[in-house]
Amino acid sequence: MSEYYKPLPKPSPTSRPFWEAARRHELTLQRCGACRAFIYYPRDRCPKCFSDQLAWERVSGRGKVYSFTVVRRASSRAFSDAPYVLAIVELAEGPRMTSNIIAAPEDVRVEMPVEVCFDDVTPDHTLVKFKPA
Amino acid sequence: MSLKGKAAAIGIGELKPVKEPGDLTALGLMATVAAEAIADAGLEKKDIDGFLVGVPFSDPGMIYPASAAEVLGLNVRMLNQVDIGGASPAGMIWRAAAAIDAGMCNAVLCIVADLNKVGDQRPPVISVQREFEAPYGNIGANCGYAMIARRHMHEYGTTARQMAKVAVDQRTSALKNPLATFNDKALTIDDVLNSRMIVDPLHLYEIVSPVSGGAAIIVASPELAKRAKNPPIWLLGAGEYANHSTITYAPSITESPIKPAAAAAFKMAGLQPKDMDLACPYDCYTITVIVTLEDAGFCKKGEGGPFVMEHDLTYAGDFPCNTHGGQLSFGQPGLAGGMSHVTEAIRQLMGRCGERQVKRAALGYVNGNGGIMSEQSSLVLERRS
Repeated sequence: MSEYYKPLPKPSPTSRPFWEAARRHELTLQRCGACRAFIYYPRDRCPKCFSDQLAWERVSGRGKVYSFTVVRRASSRAFSDAPYVLAIVELAEGPRMTSNIIAAPEDVRVEMPVEVCFDDVTPDHTLVKFKPA
Repeated sequence: MSLKGKAAAIGIGELKPVKEPGDLTALGLMATVAAEAIADAGLEKKDIDGFLVGVPFSDPGMIYPASAAEVLGLNVRMLNQVDIGGASPAGMIWRAAAAIDAGMCNAVLCIVADLNKVGDQRPPVISVQREFEAPYGNIGANCGYAMIARRHMHEYGTTARQMAKVAVDQRTSALKNPLATFNDKALTIDDVLNSRMIVDPLHLYEIVSPVSGGAAIIVASPELAKRAKNPPIWLLGAGEYANHSTITYAPSITESPIKPAAAAAFKMAGLQPKDMDLACPYDCYTITVIVTLEDAGFCKKGEGGPFVMEHDLTYAGDFPCNTHGGQLSFGQPGLAGGMSHVTEAIRQLMGRCGERQVKRAALGYVNGNGGIMSEQSSLVLERRS
């Protein structure tokens, strides 16, 4: 097995539960106990109401493609295996996520329904990706 | 507080960008353009008592303003680094005016210079972007702008040809700009669309080219401006806004913080977009110009595509826009790329553009854009006859 050479997330104390859930193949988001907003990426206070009453909740993993690009030539040598589909996914719960769509580039459309999938890129790292629903 | 008429640009210095910087250094480029701008203003180095500097990608460092001022041999009463990406140069102009209006200084040197070598994009340094963007290949600015373009096409029916037209008209103007990097060959819409697809839907000719260079502007008090050798170009209005860094987390991907920034600038100036004789919107990509023209109010939201097709954006046209060629044809000398829009507006308003001079140039709009439509700084500038 060849070595994984792309950037990997380095979890912070704030974000560690997100990545630990991903390793269990679960998508979890923080939810604000005060204003009930779902939050992504992980924060220490709710970016909407500034409450610190944040708790983790497992979410549906469903969403749609808000926008995307097919990267034909990447700005970083780490992604010299381009093309790949980079997308903004709008989750059913509201937040938008940067991710990849695991599909042929020509099959991806804006507003296309997608569902979460998990890519165990190394024994210690799982990335949250999406595939056509 | 209003900055209307509180300060004026009286001198500029600008280098022709180069593709291969060789032995150049960012500080060396700063010294060259500083000398040029101070001489252009009819001042001497000892007259400079304020200093705003952008930190080059190529030469970051601690206490950069003092270090750079020391290299240049400046003694200043106000100094700062302005770090709002491509919006830094436009942001410097109103910061200089605010310091002058506060009585802190009389002549502010606003300067940027950078070496921007073609090569690997640096990985993001902000931990959030390193953690939640880079692992998915969202590195550098190309991807974010491509996703803005894609969504704009989806929401408003904007077409690839409309985006390409921006690059074509700006190139026509660049042919008359001896400082432009790309000033030897006209472009057609088909040339743009036939260029290599880099980040779908953006083609090679819709993306700025990294070059090295620098520019400087002297912003002066009314007293100094009134006896300047160049026609003073007065700041009438300024506005700034930010609400996101990564476009994924922006409230809207197609409607930018340019809207409040431009509205504030026009309000301070007491003017409307239709009053402008020329526009210099930041153009890291063709879509950036379309979004800027919409959000600054030159046309309705979503009509930027038809607007650029219906108007001649060249120096000789009915809507002169980035008459230096924009960064798309002038080149993007790192952080100094955003200065080219400010220097061009000032140069046009001073009446020093030679073959590409806009006939009636009294009022100009400039927008600086940092990050992925993240940091916005708008200016309204005037030459009083």
